[in-house]
Amino acid sequence: MKLSGAQIFVECLKEHGVDTIFGYPGGVLLSIYDALYDADIRHILTRHEQGAVHAADGYARATGKPGVCLATSGPGATNLVTGIANAYMDSIPIVAFTGQVTVGLLGRDSFQEADITGITMPITKHNYLVKDVSELAVTIKEAFYIATTGRPGPVLVDIPKDVTTAAIEYQKPGSVNLPGYDPVTEPPLEQLTLVAEAINESARPIIYAGGGVVTSGAHNELRQLAELLLAPVTNTLMGLGSFPGDHPLFLGMLGMHGTKYANYAICEADLIIAIGARFDDRVTGKLDTFAKGAKVVHIDIDPAEIGKNVGVHYPVVGDVKVTLSKLLGLIKAKQPSEWQTQIETWKKDYPLEFVDEGMKPQFVIREIDRLTRDRNVFITTDVGQHQMWAAQYLTLARPRSFFTSGGLGTMGYGFPAALGVQAAYPGETVLGISGDGSFQMNIQELATAVNYNLPVKIAIMNNGFLGMVRQWQDLFFDKRYSQTRLQGNPDFVKIAEAYGAVGMRITKREEVAPALEEALAIPKPVVMDFVVEQEENVFPMVPAGADLKDMLG
Amino acid sequence: MLHTLAVLVENNPGVLARVSGLFSRRGFNIDSLAVGRTDDPTISRMTIVVEGDNHVLEQVRKQLDKLIDVIKIDDITSERYVGRELIIIKVNADAQARPEIMQIVDIFRAHIVDIGQETLMIEATGDADKINGLEEALKPFGIKEVVRTGKIAMLRGSKSTSLENEA
Repeated sequence: MKLSGAQIFVECLKEHGVDTIFGYPGGVLLSIYDALYDADIRHILTRHEQGAVHAADGYARATGKPGVCLATSGPGATNLVTGIANAYMDSIPIVAFTGQVTVGLLGRDSFQEADITGITMPITKHNYLVKDVSELAVTIKEAFYIATTGRPGPVLVDIPKDVTTAAIEYQKPGSVNLPGYDPVTEPPLEQLTLVAEAINESARPIIYAGGGVVTSGAHNELRQLAELLLAPVTNTLMGLGSFPGDHPLFLGMLGMHGTKYANYAICEADLIIAIGARFDDRVTGKLDTFAKGAKVVHIDIDPAEIGKNVGVHYPVVGDVKVTLSKLLGLIKAKQPSEWQTQIETWKKDYPLEFVDEGMKPQFVIREIDRLTRDRNVFITTDVGQHQMWAAQYLTLARPRSFFTSGGLGTMGYGFPAALGVQAAYPGETVLGISGDGSFQMNIQELATAVNYNLPVKIAIMNNGFLGMVRQWQDLFFDKRYSQTRLQGNPDFVKIAEAYGAVGMRITKREEVAPALEEALAIPKPVVMDFVVEQEENVFPMVPAGADLKDMLG
Repeated sequence: MLHTLAVLVENNPGVLARVSGLFSRRGFNIDSLAVGRTDDPTISRMTIVVEGDNHVLEQVRKQLDKLIDVIKIDDITSERYVGRELIIIKVNADAQARPEIMQIVDIFRAHIVDIGQETLMIEATGDADKINGLEEALKPFGIKEVVRTGKIAMLRGSKSTSLENEA
């Protein structure tokens, strides 16, 4: 049967099990949108393409399936760039489709033309410009395959308008043939034996677990490993949720705003077992002094991560779940030792703490934690102080329950991502923790939330500042608050109401819990404006480029 | 230290941009890059000369390998290989200077490929040392224009970096 490119596009999405896409139409996409009109695929119209790509990202993080977004050529495509970079830094599988001007108009600076494959080359795992309709189906198949296998990541497919209108006799593409792409999932056994020996001989092991544990679904194996070794576990921001937050072996997050005990433990360990983590500079602090006395095991599916930032003694390339399950059979249980005693002492001596009076943002987040602990709540954050407090004070119990922009640090991520999570799980509670700065970066998606009845709850930690930047000005620039006071903030309650959502303002400590309970019970999008103390800082803090042990606060 | 990489890539549009872009954004120091298709028209071969220590080289290889279009990478630096570059030089050559230039061309086993009123065009192939030597020797006459290909290289003997050689 003859199908147009637009119809082939829809067929391919269905074949890949795509039930929801996030997008925004435009001139070159008219045929595709016409084909979508009759298709059994839910399309969510966001109010900005950045909202669409972050929503697809949230959908992907929540479900483990690829998130799909669609944008028109030129400005539509370039509006995806931040979200694609965000997904690339956090290894999130996204397939982004962009419309393009007709093949004949390519390269002539045509109306709404942008070289989006050129632009996104450094921030996609791979990308394509489809120049002939006969290549469309096989390209889409490759795109999904590349996005979801090995180390996941975003793939962009750019489709010229005339490719969507041209018709061919459609055949399902055969198997994918990519001679240059062969991700290794099975770790070499010899290497695992060496790792097991190192682990068995270690006296002070620590597990440093990142987003790769979540991606490969290895949380059970991680827990078994930790309990077998009685090894403390510290998570990266991306790894949070992969190890139970209330487990006695859990140290919380490490790094710049990690717990003191996590940072002390990693500094004093004799063996670091890094699992699906990439030694980001926000984790290691000054590289020259990072874990000087420790041997390093590094398990990662991406060979290029091994040895990139930190010298590795025991490299293992493989899928984290496969690797850990094999490793578990090779290691011996450890007996309690001074190492556990030492860690307990650090935990007692250096707890996470704040002056718990008045409207402290930490208090609000602790209340959110207390009131949502028993629910299967999904939490997203934006970027800044509230994000770090959320990482510190939430007890995250399940993988794929906490979604945050880790690598790129994208303000404006959390709200549209929450919409993507809610679209994936309509019956569940999705709560976005945001800041007054971050929320305004994609505030227009309130319309999307109301339009599709995506009843996300947004909790704004409103301190009237770009809080994290202000904190750096406070600590390192003599409190010269240059351009960080957010004057002209809107009335968030009225904004919410204007869009048809529910708005609430909370200014007193005793109002926090009742407001949260009320919001969680309302089956509509709710914006909670928590007016919190203005100059609260996030501690502990390792200043950028300093030794991990040199923590402020 | 300079390393010579033989890299097989899919002959897709944009592959050169992907490779060169990777070098620039990751701060790898590229000395030369020569590219052309192989006997299989769907596959191109790049000879990349890159400067860096072992750590840098390891990252270059691993990052290159992540590119979907890159099929195979061989660092042939420490192998026995034939490395060649092609240079074409246009040099000032009045009647007086010509005999001396022709002598130099002979010594370097180069060729004169064009004669103008006031100029000679000289072509030579060889390793970088020889090419640099020729260029130095001709400098006093006044070089008008130079074009060089960058290095291409192939392993000696029965060893090869082609795909058929894969175990």
